Amino acid sequence: MRYLPLTEADRRSMLEAIGVPSVDELFRDVPEAARLSGPIEGLSNHMGELEVDRALSAMAGKNLPAGSVPSFLGAGAYRHHIPATVDHLVQRGEFLTAYTPYQPEVSQGTLQVLFEFQTQVSLLTGMDVANASMYDGATACAEAVMMANRVTRRKKAVLSGGLHPHYRDTTTTDARFIGFETVVMPPAPTGGEDLLAAVDGDTSCVVVQNPDVFGHVRDYTELGKACQAKGALLIVVVTEAVSLGLLTPPGDMGADIVAAEGQSLGNALNFGGPYVGLFAVKEKLVRQMPGRLCGQTVDADGRRGFVLTLSTREQHIRREKATSNICTNSGLCALAFSIHLSLLGEEGFTRLAEINHAKAVQLADKLAAVTGVEIVNDSFFNEFTVKLPKPAAEVVEALAQRGILGGVPASRLFGGGLDDLLIVAATETNTESDMDAFATALAEVL
Amino acid sequence: MNNQGRPTGLAEGSDSAVPQTVTGNRGLQIEEPLIFEQDSVGRCGVDLPEVPAVASRLGAVKPRGRIGLPGLAEPQVVRHYTRLSQKNYAIDSGLYPLGSCTMKHNPRLNEKMARLPGFADVHPLQPESTVQGALELMAELGRWLATLTGMAAVTLAPAAGAHGEMCGIMAIRSAHDAKGDKGRTKILVPESAHGTNPATAAACGYAVEAIPATEDGRVDLEALKAKLGPDVAGLMLTNPNTCGLFERDIITIAEAVHAAGAYFYCDGANFNAIVGRVRPADLGIDVMHINLHKTFSTPHGGGGPGSGPVVFAESLAPFVPVPYVVQDKDGAFRLVEQAGDGPAFGRMKAFHGQMGMFVRALAYMMSHGADGLRQVANDAVLNANYLLARLQDVMTPSFEGPCMHECLFDDRFLKGTGVTTLDIAKALIDEGFHPMTMYFPLVVHGALLIEPTETESKASLDQFVTALRALAERAKSGDVAYFQGAPRLTPRRRLDETAAARKPVLRWSPAVEPEKVAAE
Repeated sequence: MRYLPLTEADRRSMLEAIGVPSVDELFRDVPEAARLSGPIEGLSNHMGELEVDRALSAMAGKNLPAGSVPSFLGAGAYRHHIPATVDHLVQRGEFLTAYTPYQPEVSQGTLQVLFEFQTQVSLLTGMDVANASMYDGATACAEAVMMANRVTRRKKAVLSGGLHPHYRDTTTTDARFIGFETVVMPPAPTGGEDLLAAVDGDTSCVVVQNPDVFGHVRDYTELGKACQAKGALLIVVVTEAVSLGLLTPPGDMGADIVAAEGQSLGNALNFGGPYVGLFAVKEKLVRQMPGRLCGQTVDADGRRGFVLTLSTREQHIRREKATSNICTNSGLCALAFSIHLSLLGEEGFTRLAEINHAKAVQLADKLAAVTGVEIVNDSFFNEFTVKLPKPAAEVVEALAQRGILGGVPASRLFGGGLDDLLIVAATETNTESDMDAFATALAEVL
Repeated sequence: MNNQGRPTGLAEGSDSAVPQTVTGNRGLQIEEPLIFEQDSVGRCGVDLPEVPAVASRLGAVKPRGRIGLPGLAEPQVVRHYTRLSQKNYAIDSGLYPLGSCTMKHNPRLNEKMARLPGFADVHPLQPESTVQGALELMAELGRWLATLTGMAAVTLAPAAGAHGEMCGIMAIRSAHDAKGDKGRTKILVPESAHGTNPATAAACGYAVEAIPATEDGRVDLEALKAKLGPDVAGLMLTNPNTCGLFERDIITIAEAVHAAGAYFYCDGANFNAIVGRVRPADLGIDVMHINLHKTFSTPHGGGGPGSGPVVFAESLAPFVPVPYVVQDKDGAFRLVEQAGDGPAFGRMKAFHGQMGMFVRALAYMMSHGADGLRQVANDAVLNANYLLARLQDVMTPSFEGPCMHECLFDDRFLKGTGVTTLDIAKALIDEGFHPMTMYFPLVVHGALLIEPTETESKASLDQFVTALRALAERAKSGDVAYFQGAPRLTPRRRLDETAAARKPVLRWSPAVEPEKVAAE
């Protein structure tokens, strides 16, 4: 076996050094009744590299890569161009095969990356500080609500109907088991919901999304002020990080916590994971934050260096009193995010956002010209909702048969209802001919 | 200290063994400023086309001003991250014996497979007809996990081990709720458990009660039995445990837990010690998470991502979260994405789990096969016991008898020397090794938990033994100054963690606000 360096001679001499006749003797604490002797039924034996490659490539071949056809899917995961440099650097063994930087003297690379990542996320979101990442946007959202409960000592969260249903479900699942209440507003695809009416003296937070799941761009400044007046926190969720290049950052709208998905920068679609949850807060909330934090310090010679810090909030120190049970973060995905953003820089990131918006405007115009199609949004960034004369799920299936991935039916996200709504995204990867092909195919299937 | 993190001159009588240089660089160890300190307005590392001229549809929000990101060209970015990477220890560079973390070789075939466009470039909400291969892979991975553990059901959703723990405890809660059994408010957790176990139980609304360990490093069965009662929802136990030992009484423990009407959660972080040799279902475990990144080698990436699928025995099989994959009679795979009214509970994250990790783990499983995975456990256990045997006369093993995949020492061998466990760790760094896990588990004083894994050769273990033996003997000789000055050969010497926590600096801030620069 190519991954196992011990030879039979090594094993014999090691057993001798230990003073046991066989390796089975080392398993003597395992109850006799539970020891497996013979082979494991139903699983294949070891394969060479070529065979594994062949078997998995065959499976991969049964999927339709989004990049091989005109593709307009968004709803929380976006296909962007990832510069070749990103994946090359991420695959450097010193990043890829390192662990949590518990020994800072030999982990300055990862630690400096995390410090820079925290800074980048703070800048994008307009917040004071960010942590070194969560699992994904949805878990970041749920953690944000739990944090708001801790901070305000209140137990009720108000969730906007424009919040991505997966984020809503992740949060309400936690609510059910952890024991807090959620008020979930009904989906309002055309906008208009009175969140404040649901806020009372027991409300810890109001959770909104920008752009929301239907693509509407919102200004939450007034809501933020109103929440503050009522002692509740404003949590702003962002599922498309590229939008932060163009829109008012949540921090400027009075957000107390920002929970976002960072997949759009540096990370491939990967059929839904791994992604990278971004989590940023106002300065005063730092010690209530979940997850890892990297901080600046000095070494024995007075030189600047970085360490994991404020770990007295964390599970390995505080055990059942920890702010969260999160341990693993999304280190490598955060690195990819950071590299992509570094390559783009101020000018590139802003322009990328502008291109995304412009592409979506072009697409909206082309789709609006198709008979029977109505654009629901009065505002959007790179994603919007269209109303169709037929159930969107059927339309999407028919489009797929024509080699076009034409968006996400709202019914798939919401588990039924909103059958005629299709959520469509455009990014810099979509060409004009992609859009024309989409519009033509849509006209054919309607 | 200047902006570049360079020394303004080492202190008089500095313990540093290397000469001062003009640049602050030390040969291949090059000082690297923060990326924000290399800014040049207008530089960009990506060629982007012109923005198509269209009328904005952003609505009423005001567009944002300058963000404050630095501008660099591609070669500068490549050099920045390459230099940073060179300041990291990694399993690709050498032995990484962090107990309980399982740092084994990461085959690059797995990376190649995860990057196949059919896996990497697939959107999670594509029509099911266009992702049959991805769903098949999830089903196949689930089948391997269920077979290796002897369990009835699997969820791949959890994003990490601790997330899997949460999933398991939620299933236990669901099962009690389904029976209308509302009086169970406690979860029992042994003192030696990972910190995530009590944190998870508490996060799920349970009171946590600790179970002490016995003299021989196992759960105190009598203490456990005394705590079991109608108020206990479940037990969370790690097996092999964090002392590197197999819980000999585990079947008795399971029976006692079940007799009390509670469920048995097993923290499967150490499954790599027994994969192919013991099926957790045969031990009476009801639910267990598996860290794919540990047992089945997906890269740890400087702290993540992980993946923590959970396996369920018949007793809890109905209580899996969504989404999960089912296969229809015609052979087509389908995703169940909504919980509906059944016992299946809600959602743990957006989308379907860590697909990129699933591909890597399945590639690893297929490479080893059913026959090789058994050898994996054998070699992991053999390597740990070899270290235990070679070091036991100079260090103090905490417990008698064979260990599983990791061996535990405590600081009794350092008694009276003035040298601490931390000092030993820092001195090991100068010898070219990543230190072992220190001060965990908490059940022994000054713990040193060493996990070599199965991908270390005998030669590398022998070199590690030589280094550790020499350090142990040096400590006993009373050379305290040597240890307190370590490490000397690293990009940074001992870092002041107290200062970092006292006055946290968690981000870079510009000396001058960007708005003011723009206004000038």
